[in-house]
Amino acid sequence: MTLDKARKGQVIKIKSIANELIRVQAIRFGLSEGEVVVCREIVPAGPVVISRHKQEIAIGRSLARNIQVELC
Amino acid sequence: MENSKTETKIPAGGKKIVLVGNPNVGKSVFFNALTGLYVDVSNYPGTTLDMACGRYNGDVVIDTPGVYGVSSFSEEEGITRDIILAADLVINVIDAVHLERDLFLTLQVIDMGIPMVVALNMVDEAAREGLKINAVLLEKLLGVPVVSTAVVHNVGIEELKEKLYFARPGQPEAQLLKKIENMGTSVSRAEALLVLEGDPVVSERCGVKPGTGREQIYRNRLDRVSRIVNLVVQETDSGKDFVSRLGRLMLRPSTGFPLLLLTLWVIYELVGVFLAQVIVPVTEEFMIEYYEPAIGSLLDTFLPRDSVINNLLTGRFGLLTFTVTYMAGLLLPLVLGIFLVLSVLEDSGYLPRIATLVDRAMSFMGLNGQAIIPLILGFGCVTMSIISTRMLRTDRERRIAIFLLALGVPCSAQMAMIMAVLAAQGGFYLLFYLCFMFCVLVATGTLLGRFLPGRASPLLIELPPLRLPGPQNVWKKAWSKSYQFMKEAFPLFAGGALLLGILEVTGLLQGLREFFVPITVAWLHLPAETADVFIMGLIRKEFGAANILVLQMLPLQKLVVMITLSLTVPCIASTMIILKERGWREGLLLWFVVLALAFLIGGLVTRLLEFFSSSGSLQNPLLFGVMILALAATIALARFSPPGKAL
Repeated sequence: MTLDKARKGQVIKIKSIANELIRVQAIRFGLSEGEVVVCREIVPAGPVVISRHKQEIAIGRSLARNIQVELC
Repeated sequence: MENSKTETKIPAGGKKIVLVGNPNVGKSVFFNALTGLYVDVSNYPGTTLDMACGRYNGDVVIDTPGVYGVSSFSEEEGITRDIILAADLVINVIDAVHLERDLFLTLQVIDMGIPMVVALNMVDEAAREGLKINAVLLEKLLGVPVVSTAVVHNVGIEELKEKLYFARPGQPEAQLLKKIENMGTSVSRAEALLVLEGDPVVSERCGVKPGTGREQIYRNRLDRVSRIVNLVVQETDSGKDFVSRLGRLMLRPSTGFPLLLLTLWVIYELVGVFLAQVIVPVTEEFMIEYYEPAIGSLLDTFLPRDSVINNLLTGRFGLLTFTVTYMAGLLLPLVLGIFLVLSVLEDSGYLPRIATLVDRAMSFMGLNGQAIIPLILGFGCVTMSIISTRMLRTDRERRIAIFLLALGVPCSAQMAMIMAVLAAQGGFYLLFYLCFMFCVLVATGTLLGRFLPGRASPLLIELPPLRLPGPQNVWKKAWSKSYQFMKEAFPLFAGGALLLGILEVTGLLQGLREFFVPITVAWLHLPAETADVFIMGLIRKEFGAANILVLQMLPLQKLVVMITLSLTVPCIASTMIILKERGWREGLLLWFVVLALAFLIGGLVTRLLEFFSSSGSLQNPLLFGVMILALAATIALARFSPPGKAL
């Protein structure tokens, strides 16, 4: 499934990020494919907020649609 | 901007010490501690947009914009990259709470082979979060000196100063080093690495083809980061408290928008009511009742009352009366107040959460939520916020954001004047003004988002921890910004007053007024004297607006002047910055389009208001209905217009 379908509180593993440019930018945030994150918040029709360790990252909806994830 | 001028000459034998780190890790505080100079400290990405330079022990210390890595994803990254490439040694500031993020940059600079010392900052906050970090082991793994610091509490600065000159190149990734050596070109190791990582700018500069292995290199580096973090960080317990819950509430629309409205209301009460209606009348009266007569009678003893010079100094546009009264009695308290509010917003970490909250709405304007930050900062100073649009990722977004800033965002000085002029007319006028400007902003944004080719880039933003801003830091920042602002404004304001005074004394002003009659009288239905307002408004808006207080006009006319004036480009400084950032052609085009739009909209609003005031009362709720209807029509037009019409 894609990240925008995730629900609040779910622990998910990032499988792939479609856009190459975004992929390398995400790596620099410390976020890469294979990473396990927690879905913290979903702004209705808006961004998805995920967290990993102590860090929170907001991801726009259009981008979340292009991120493949699986439930852990 | 101003900081770049402080000191840029490197003394003979001096080294270039460069502060590098992710956004929001405390680089600027280190800069202050080392150089004794003050620069901005903020809790959101993109604050240090122009580098700040200072001296330390005969060496030069350079502060850089916060970045997550060295490459060319945005303009500010390009700036940082070039400063790092030229560095003799790097102080890498990392946030102990977010090692898994910050070490990426650390390892990248180590791979570049630049001598480095690491400041492991915010160890106090990490302890509070239940994290234990083994700094000795970290030092061994990285191969560079590591100093634990909590710089806002002055912990670790002395040790950092001691270890500074023990900076050395760290432990690079062996495989990567081999690849760099195999390249065998004449470029430096740092540049070679960036070429391997496919940096287009550096590759072109070195005359070689950019590498294609960026993703693999990044991925390997992140794996190394994870290994290091696993070894050095021990988590004792995880904190989930009131602050993180509040952070969540700010993101949910059902609570986030009320919180945002509450914040805006508090700001309005503080600046629009308390400062503009309680404090300013006192300071202004003081200037008019005591200062002006005193300076007037003092001058009369030297110069005859009706001489030209006396007229220029203490007349209607007097340099010593009018200028000083408005600068000190009216602008200073309000500008300081607005910068105080903005400093609190910046330091608290609220801004990126607002960006996340409004991301969806902003996408209709062809922007992502991040663009709300320059737009909010624009209410402080449009010039500064135009520079901060560099944090946006595409040229298209910068173009839209700058256009909106130039057209519809009034800066603190303008807000000050608007509050002063319109609040005196009653709440209705202020409300109408705010609603109207909001509609213009949204409508323009929607049209630009629709008809400029391209799409909004997706939001990807880090949410920094919410922090209670330190009062000292907030005050220092607001004061230094207000000071810079006043310093820049004073000569322009004084020069404008002088120019206006001279024009009046020589009778040229009358000629200009007549020249502008078709616009002022025929189109906007205003007294001919308002030409002064617009002429001066080209230099600084608040200066033009200050004239409104002098002119005799109906409340409706004052409103029209305020709206039209707000819509033109804010001041000569912002005009120059627009030209610098967007180039002459686009800059001039933008400037004239904004000017034409301002007068077009001004004329339309005149007719709308006159229609309502002639058919009964002006203060009619229907007026707002018409406004919202027009906005809805514009949005509908933009959404449903055939895509073939796009430019």
